[in-house]
Amino acid sequence: MMDTAISAKPLLAVLVSLCVVPVLAYSRSPNVREGWTFVAGLLKLLIVASMVPTVLKGNRIEWTIARFLPGADLALRVDPLGMLLALVSSSLWIVTSAYSIGYMRGLKEHSQTRYYCFFALALSATVGVAFSANLLTAYLFYEMLSFATYPLVTHHQDREARISGRKYLAYIVGASIGLVLPAMLVTYQLAGTLEFRSGGILGQVNSHSLLMVLLLLFVFGFAKAAIMPLHAWLPAAMVAPTPVSALLHAVAVVKVGAFCILRVITGIFGRELLLAQHLGVILCIIASFTILTASLIALSQDELKRRLAFSTISQLSYIVLGAALLSPKAMTGGMVHIAMHAFGKITLFFCAGAIYVATGIQKIREMDGIGRRMPITMAAFFIGSLSVIGLPPTGGLFSKWYMALGTLQAHQWVFLVVLLLSSLLNAAYFLPIVYKAFFCPPQEPTFEHTSTEAPIWCLIPLVITASCSIVLFFYPGPFFKLAELAVLK
Amino acid sequence: MSDFFSHLVARYNYWIYITLMMIGLYAMIAKNNLVKKIIGMNIFQTAIILFYISIGAKKGATIPIISHGSGHEAHVVKAADYINPLPHVLMLTAIVVAVATLGVALALAVQVYRQYKTLEEDEILQKIRES
Amino acid sequence: MNAQMPVLIVVVPLLSAFAIAAAGWFNRRLCMPTAAAALGVATLCTLGLLLRVIQDGEVVYRLGGWAAPWGIVYRVDFLNAPVLVLVAAIALVNLVATSRIVVEEFPGKEGAFYALYVLFVTGLLGMVVTGDAFNLYVLLEIASITGYALIAMGRGRAVLASLNYVFMGTIGACFYLLGIGYLYIMTGSLNMTDIASFLPPLYSSKAVITAFIIIMVGVWLKMALFPLHGWLPNAYTYAPSSVSSLVAPLMTKVMVYVMIRIILTVFTPAFTFRALGLNQAVVWLAVAAIFMGSLMALAQRNLKRMLTYILIAEVGYMVGGAWLGNRAGLTGAVLHILNDGLMTFCLFLAAGNILYRVRGLNMEDLRGLFRKMPFTMGGFVIGALSIIGVPPTCGFFSKWYLILGGIQAGHYGFVVALLFSSLVNLILFFRIIEVGYFEPHSEHRHEGQDHAPSMEEAPVGMVVSLLIVASGLILAGLYAGDIVQRVVNLAIPESIV
Repeated sequence: MMDTAISAKPLLAVLVSLCVVPVLAYSRSPNVREGWTFVAGLLKLLIVASMVPTVLKGNRIEWTIARFLPGADLALRVDPLGMLLALVSSSLWIVTSAYSIGYMRGLKEHSQTRYYCFFALALSATVGVAFSANLLTAYLFYEMLSFATYPLVTHHQDREARISGRKYLAYIVGASIGLVLPAMLVTYQLAGTLEFRSGGILGQVNSHSLLMVLLLLFVFGFAKAAIMPLHAWLPAAMVAPTPVSALLHAVAVVKVGAFCILRVITGIFGRELLLAQHLGVILCIIASFTILTASLIALSQDELKRRLAFSTISQLSYIVLGAALLSPKAMTGGMVHIAMHAFGKITLFFCAGAIYVATGIQKIREMDGIGRRMPITMAAFFIGSLSVIGLPPTGGLFSKWYMALGTLQAHQWVFLVVLLLSSLLNAAYFLPIVYKAFFCPPQEPTFEHTSTEAPIWCLIPLVITASCSIVLFFYPGPFFKLAELAVLK
Repeated sequence: MSDFFSHLVARYNYWIYITLMMIGLYAMIAKNNLVKKIIGMNIFQTAIILFYISIGAKKGATIPIISHGSGHEAHVVKAADYINPLPHVLMLTAIVVAVATLGVALALAVQVYRQYKTLEEDEILQKIRES
Repeated sequence: MNAQMPVLIVVVPLLSAFAIAAAGWFNRRLCMPTAAAALGVATLCTLGLLLRVIQDGEVVYRLGGWAAPWGIVYRVDFLNAPVLVLVAAIALVNLVATSRIVVEEFPGKEGAFYALYVLFVTGLLGMVVTGDAFNLYVLLEIASITGYALIAMGRGRAVLASLNYVFMGTIGACFYLLGIGYLYIMTGSLNMTDIASFLPPLYSSKAVITAFIIIMVGVWLKMALFPLHGWLPNAYTYAPSSVSSLVAPLMTKVMVYVMIRIILTVFTPAFTFRALGLNQAVVWLAVAAIFMGSLMALAQRNLKRMLTYILIAEVGYMVGGAWLGNRAGLTGAVLHILNDGLMTFCLFLAAGNILYRVRGLNMEDLRGLFRKMPFTMGGFVIGALSIIGVPPTCGFFSKWYLILGGIQAGHYGFVVALLFSSLVNLILFFRIIEVGYFEPHSEHRHEGQDHAPSMEEAPVGMVVSLLIVASGLILAGLYAGDIVQRVVNLAIPESIV
């Protein structure tokens, strides 16, 4: 039996990081400021975690904040899929906060108060998207996230940041106003509601072409999912400080995009409708194209963060592909991939940042032999890449495994080939970095003997996330349970 | 043809107000001198006042003052015997408005003259462009 | 006292204008408090009226006790009660916010300024509250004439811009008067509901149709609907900032209200939307207004001038929404009167604050503003987000209803225009935000200083008012559902679906 409890907990989870913003803005010393960030992060995680047992029992928690439109209130609802994203993002926020301290202090960045404030704001928005009960609420927090991350992406306030910021807003906000908003209005007009329901709300619509247009508007409109050709903002946004890239552009922002597409597929259209109208295949083709193309582009990137960015683009489409295959196994795999990829990719970004802080190196060709100077960092990098490729002993194996099973379940052999091919490509662009780092002699032999790891605040987080990736190999249970519940309902 | 003329003549008051309105509008749009524009504006307003005045009139009617008012025994008043006073009363207000507008406009024109030392619009625009 | 509220909102400011003018001679420090007290009373009365309307429905007040067709009637219903609150509240907040500028900008002229200010508000409130078509004309002219004088108090080209506005405004008001004259000929009445009761058999009459069109043209001129907008940008750009933040948000909005009042109350929706057959044409006009306003705004290098063109586009939103002729469109239009009033007020206040410190509103003057005036820019960003239409700010919800109305009416040109304008607004505002955020402050660059310039906010009163208005934008958004359900829905006749 599914029960629905009325509780303000989801609202609290959203508000915790929002309320801490004024405190952060007015705190006198950096220590106080960062202390408050941790307090807020822990509180948020605790609130989110306290709801896990309820959700695992198959129940829901709801809270309506305000009445907006008939059939589309500002309402929060905690369900398994949302819990998955909220859990991942709020736990990684704490880790990233620790990393931020090391990174920002290590590089003596300016305007750190602003940075922490908007970071907290962005996290509120992420959890808001995760817990939104309808499309309008999701859209609200989605936009809030776009604008809250703008000052983070453009943190350096130089010419390059300005151009990237422009690109970022043009793609993300432009697509959401230009594509999602009309699609949402048409959906509202057709269905009279925007609520996420397990069977979808567009069941009574028969027109194949209308549904297809709507689906495409949604999929491309949520440009944070970086489906090609609306992906160019992601590599551009890599001008941001590395913790921002790490949390926002490997976890929060991009996952919110993919998450919204998942929500649209499961909650607005519904699996049966997409199957009946054969719309899943179109989505699969779009996602596969992005997966392969982005992987190929990643091969040619020399700047480490850019390579990671293209890898992210391709991995995001895995999530979309998993959902679009519409078989239970594949959908489970896609959802779990949100968590698995998050832990793997954030490790890789942390490593990239740590290398930059310790040595100032950003280009891959300068990284020969760096494993000898930074053994811990590069070991973590290795684990992270294994996870993203999908090799044991990391959690990344399972999500891909489920997706592969899902292609069989859906009798879509072609996409199995896509998955395998892409995994090979992943290996081809990650493993050489690790190989060169450990086995090639450094170009500048003067540094050969010094072990120069990054500051301890940088090092601990990446060790934690790397070990999480391994732990997820042995205990992937909770995330799978959540995803299976989300698929079953 | 004669039908058309009778039509035209019967509504002569409308033709007069329309002609006046067009004169005012022409002056406001086409004249270069600001004071001429203001005069045009005033003609425009006056045209509408005349229009209102004329619609109160009736053939063979007299001014609307009832000679035996209250206190005398009641008797029937035929509305057709008196012209309609309401439009005229309204126009008292409209005249006040027109005068006020004229006053503001002239005051502004004085200011413009002080500022630019001319009231010709093209010269003013020339000076603005040069500065 | 309670029963007299409808007339008090007009009489109190009107009489206070004389008191202020007199105080200007004796003790100038009394001017602003007197005006604030008068507008405070008016605001309280409008709030009381709104609550009464929500509780008991329509409130009718007979001036001097004369019954409807002979006497003048003030009528407060769901349509004008919220507009009254908007006008009174904005006037009051603006009065308090800009009191400091007024003292510095017009030394010795406080008496004249505040008398005009209060008279202007009297005119607007009267236009909204009155149920008499001719009375509306008189009050419209009170608001307009005081508006001309207020705008002319600005520097530079303000006088010339104001004179231009006088010409256009007079033509607009005269057209309205002329149309009312025709309606009077046909019906013999000036009371709005009375006219409405006589009109239905006359709908096919050419005189009535002419009257309607002449009235509409007059009203459109006053609200600056494209292509009748020529007077607006200069007048509002060169007006002093304490005036532009009053006139710009209110005048156009009140005229839109007048248009909707004439469409819905004097005429019936059946006439306007079905018998007349002009819907499509007017909505296309609105589409043109939105496109032209947005494109012209893109060409501007001055913040205030850019805002005036956005205003022209927003007028297109409301006219188009009202003329779609369905429930969603009208809901959007009425809601947008309230929301747009608030958001343009917010932006013009922010512009006033910036102008107070920086002494210029061109792009290059805006450099480094986020560091210099963080709170002002915070308010500005919220106002900008609302104009772009980002939830939960209120601008999103009126836009939502407007687009929904466009979809329901099948008028996709209007839908595209709204989306296009949202995207252009995004560019417009982020162009300014970029300049304020990325480019270092110009003075400090010349001095060659490395360290960041210190904060230099506008006076506390101005900043606090701005932030109150900005949070009002978010509150109005969060309560959009209630506002629509409890007020706006009931303002629209049931015959419209």
